[in-house]
Formats: sequence, C-alpha cells, structure tokens
Amino acid sequence: MLARVWAIYRKDLLQELRTKETVVAVLVFALLVLVIFSFAVGDNIAADAAPGILWVALSFGGVIGLNRTFAVEKENARLEGLMLCPVDRAVIYWGKLAGSFTFMLVLAVVITPVFLALFNLPVFLPRLALIIVLAVLGFASVGTLFAALAVNTRARDIMLPILFLPVVAPVIIAAVKATAPVLAAAPWGELATWLEILIAFDVIFLVVGTLVFEFVIEE
Amino acid sequence: MDSSTGIEARGLVKSYGEQPALRGIDLSLGRGQTLVCFGPNGAGKTTLLKILATLMKPSAGSVRLGGLDSRKDPVKIRRMVSLVGHQTFLYDDLTVDENLRFYGRMYAVPELERRIGEVADRMGLKSRRRDRVGTLSHGLQRRAALARACLHDPAFFCLDEPETGLDPGAAGIVGEWLAGIKEAGRTVVMVTHDLARGLELGDSIIVLHRGEICFQSPREAIKAADFPGIYNDCITVGGSQGAG
Repeated sequence: MLARVWAIYRKDLLQELRTKETVVAVLVFALLVLVIFSFAVGDNIAADAAPGILWVALSFGGVIGLNRTFAVEKENARLEGLMLCPVDRAVIYWGKLAGSFTFMLVLAVVITPVFLALFNLPVFLPRLALIIVLAVLGFASVGTLFAALAVNTRARDIMLPILFLPVVAPVIIAAVKATAPVLAAAPWGELATWLEILIAFDVIFLVVGTLVFEFVIEE
Repeated sequence: MDSSTGIEARGLVKSYGEQPALRGIDLSLGRGQTLVCFGPNGAGKTTLLKILATLMKPSAGSVRLGGLDSRKDPVKIRRMVSLVGHQTFLYDDLTVDENLRFYGRMYAVPELERRIGEVADRMGLKSRRRDRVGTLSHGLQRRAALARACLHDPAFFCLDEPETGLDPGAAGIVGEWLAGIKEAGRTVVMVTHDLARGLELGDSIIVLHRGEICFQSPREAIKAADFPGIYNDCITVGGSQGAG
C-alpha cells in the first residue's frame, strides 16, 4: 500500500516541479494577501489581527491548491486511469493527501517568514511550526476529500470553498486561537487546549477521509 | 485467481439519474475470445465497457471476470483487466517513461524497467520514451496509451474504439497489437463503429441500441455482406434478433 501511495505522491510532485502552475499562483496570492493586510492594519491592532491574517493567507491559498489536486486528474480522464489501478480507493486518498500536505507546507514555509517580518514578530517560533503542521494536516485531510467531491461538479472552483470551508472552520479557528499565544510568547498552557483540538480534528478527518473516500470518488 | 472463465454479465442495468444507459444486458464470453460491440452514439457501449472494467458500478445485475465477482473483488479484477478509452489517461507533463513507470508501480509490475522497454518497443516508441507526452502527436499518444494498457499484461482488454482517429502508420501498429493480443489468448471486448473491421476481429458480435442488445451472434453465423443491412435494421427498429 505504501509503495502505491508513494507512487502517486511522487507523480504529483514531479508534475508540479515540471509545471510550477499551482505553486506560483498560490504563493503570489498568499503573499499579496499578507502585503495588503500589512498596509491595511494599523500597528495598534496588528498583534490581535496577525494570527487571523496568517491563516486567511494560508487557508485561501490552500483552497486554490486543493482545487488543482483533482482538477489535474480530471483532464485527459486521468482520474479514470487512477481508479482502474488495482488499489484500494484509500490509497488514492492518501497519495493525494500527501501531495496536498506537502504543497501547503511549502506554502507555509515561504509565507510565514514573510508574515513574521511584515508584522515585526520574532522569526524563530518553533511552536508556530507545530501548529502549522497540525493545522495543515487537518486542512489537507478534509480538503482532499472535498476536492474529490467537487471535481465532478460543473462549478468546482466555486463548489470547493462553499463545501469545504464550513467543515474545516474548526481547524482554522483552532489554528488562529493557538497562533495568538505563540505570537504573544505566552506559556504552553495557553495553547494546549487548541493543540489538542487540532490533533483531535486531524485524527477524525483522517479516519473519516480514509473511510468515505471510496464513496466520494465513485460516480 | 482464475481467468479461465472469461466474462459473464447478467441483467446489467445502469442509469444516470432518470436516464437509463443499459437496460438488462446479458453477455457471456469465453476465455481468449473477442466480442465486438457495435451501436450508435448513446447506445451504452462505453458504459458497458466501464462496468466490465470495474470503473463503474451497475445499478443492477452482476459481472464476473475470470470467475471473480466485480462487486466483491474489484481490486483483484482490476489487476487482470485493462481499459483503453477515448482518452489516454496519461500525464502530459511527464515523459512516456515516467507515465509508464507511474502506472507500472501502481500495478506492481515486476521487473518494471525491462517491461517498460518491452511495451515501448512494441508500440514503436523507443526513440520517444524521454519525450513528454504532451509534445507527442495524437497517434503517438494513442500508442503510449496502449503501452500503458498492456504494461501489467492483463488477461482482459476493454477497448473503446482503439483505432479511431489514427493515421495509417499508427493504425497499422495498433492493428498488429490487436492481432497480437488476440493471438496471445487475451479476452477482448471491443467497441467500434467500423463494421468491416469489427467483423474481422470479433468471435462474437453484438449490436447495442438504447441500452439493449438488439442483435447478438457468433461471427461465423454472419455474412459480412449482409451485416450493414442487419445493423441498420437493428438500430432503426431496435428489436431483438440474432443470427444464431
């Protein structure tokens, strides 16, 4: 199973490295969001608004990326080619999830230092890295599921955010709430609850995604 | 897994919402036989192939390939079957080799590199293996799609108009390949609009019309000269008939 998950992941990575279609579009979008907010938000409220701004940039950038995850499989009926492979549907889910997770991590790795610099925050924040990893995992796990659902609809670019964002809202809220004490250099205790919520959502979404993907992907 | 029993479909029904695509298809095809399916557009031919290849689930009825039930053992069936559709299933930004390597890994093909070389050579793609699929002509892309289709050496082929839109050179290679898989004892279900070519290749012939089999016969019971008339009557009247 792992070899097949790896095959899908590697193929997606190779394809993105060749075209750079998604990564460039998403990075430009996310950086623009950060720059605009850095000008729009005054210094007095920047500290309060900063966590939200980071997660707006990451979330909306992530949605654009997720849309491409299955859109690329729809072209040339590649999704049919994938579904004809003698693998459990969960393998396709995990392969695509790994790609989306990596893609969003790359996005976070690029935009987070820019965000920290724009808002005059300390650059070395290992706890923020942990929050990002957990939130991105939840985001990608449920996003992969909804991207597969939306790909068969006519207006998939619109359908994905409409369907997906309300469901992933708890992850985004928990990420924002956990980011705030990290940026304020508060002790671990203040973000522990939010981290636990993020972990719980990750586990729930990963299990649900693995179980229901088959029904989502079948016509 | 037992692939000795060929293909058996019983009471296949498929609907897209309220729209019926197949209305009770019964088929039986022995191992190593070729079934050619004719029919006008919208008759349900592609739907039938997709169900046989486990890409689609029937609304009702059952399919057995090589003795396996497609509802119970879809993954095992997919290991034995290959579908060649109108589209190639290939990734334009990857090379021919990379595409074949990806599918080879998904099918867990043993000695993959040797096998890739073998199928690429057979399809006349030796010099184009490092080219991105998107840069290939339509004919070369079709050949790459066939290379993908036979990479895992399937026992069953579901072919949806494999020779359509090819130049004579490419059609010749595909024709040779078709003859080769037939000779190698593979079981083939092929959809085509080319009546003469279909009669040439088929051991059994069916005509689908509005989701039903309106004509079914062993090839040897059909006179080639009579078949265009039979076909036209069949799709005009839509009644069930058979030559044997």
